[in-house]
Amino acid sequence: MSELTVMINGEQRRVPGPATAQSLLEHLGLDPRGVVVELNEEIVRRPQLGGTVIDDGDRLEVVHFVGGG
Amino acid sequence: MTSTIKPATGHQDTALAIGGHTFRSRLLVGTGKYQTNEEMMATLDACGAEVVTVAVRRVDLNRTNEESLLHYLDPKRWFLLANTAGCYSADEAVRYSRLAREAGFNDFIKLEVIGDQETLLPDVEGLLEATRVLVAEGFTVLAYTNDDVVTALKLEDAGAAAVMPLASPIGSGLGLLNPYGIRTIKRRLSVPVIVDAGVGTASDACLTMEQGVDGILMNTALAEAERPVAMGHAMGLAVEAGRAAYLAGRMPRREIAVPSSPVAGMLDGSKS
Repeated sequence: MSELTVMINGEQRRVPGPATAQSLLEHLGLDPRGVVVELNEEIVRRPQLGGTVIDDGDRLEVVHFVGGG
Repeated sequence: MTSTIKPATGHQDTALAIGGHTFRSRLLVGTGKYQTNEEMMATLDACGAEVVTVAVRRVDLNRTNEESLLHYLDPKRWFLLANTAGCYSADEAVRYSRLAREAGFNDFIKLEVIGDQETLLPDVEGLLEATRVLVAEGFTVLAYTNDDVVTALKLEDAGAAAVMPLASPIGSGLGLLNPYGIRTIKRRLSVPVIVDAGVGTASDACLTMEQGVDGILMNTALAEAERPVAMGHAMGLAVEAGRAAYLAGRMPRREIAVPSSPVAGMLDGSKS
């Protein structure tokens, strides 16, 4: 198993590879139904999370709804 | 097409219709700044709102075992209106809007493009640009704006499904600073007008609804009240009272007094 270095939410992290957006969320302990993922500034549609490969150097944003006005 | 609803007071009113949805309550509420999620939910229950706003933010990767907001806000009960709070450009607001829509609840967005950090007043150019882009992408845009009718009309022309002029700056609690501006916007626009921001207490909400607007959005007035649940109750009543008074058609204002008791029939020696 190799490791990938990616940026997630502005933090550089090493994650187990190979990885998909889905496996990455699982690795982070996140329920895919509760978050939205952006990969290199493009939204990954939910049905495509499992089929989207994460490469070394990728930049991800993982967002969710929080309280706000 | 309108549906008639009959609140407890018995007067007839139509429902609030925005972008193909209808809502019974004209009070829309934010979910920010509450002390606890429990207090937030109790306040939402107390005020009778159906539409609640939420923000889009990064997940805190160090706290992924915390309960999500959606654990408290059942999307089957609450209509989740995502906002683009904190966005200072059209590009940013469009980015956040697309992320919000991907969450999969609806295609509504409360569009904020802020122009100034101190006042949180909108950047009108950016707001118009973002509105056009988002409307073209099929969003139902509720545009947070200022109390200027020219801007409001431009937003309507740009395809906004509702226009949301501020009563006073976000979180200021200063109440309705420009009733004339808000009345003018309501008089001139065809899309719903929902006053958003600056309401501080019940009288502000009541006065705002008396201007004839279609609804009010508030957050800080509830979250920063000493007793938010009690204020939620008060605001629910205030919005209904203001709306009822507006529909009842107020008496005219006069510069001189007109007695309420008869002038005739006074005793001898009285001025008549």
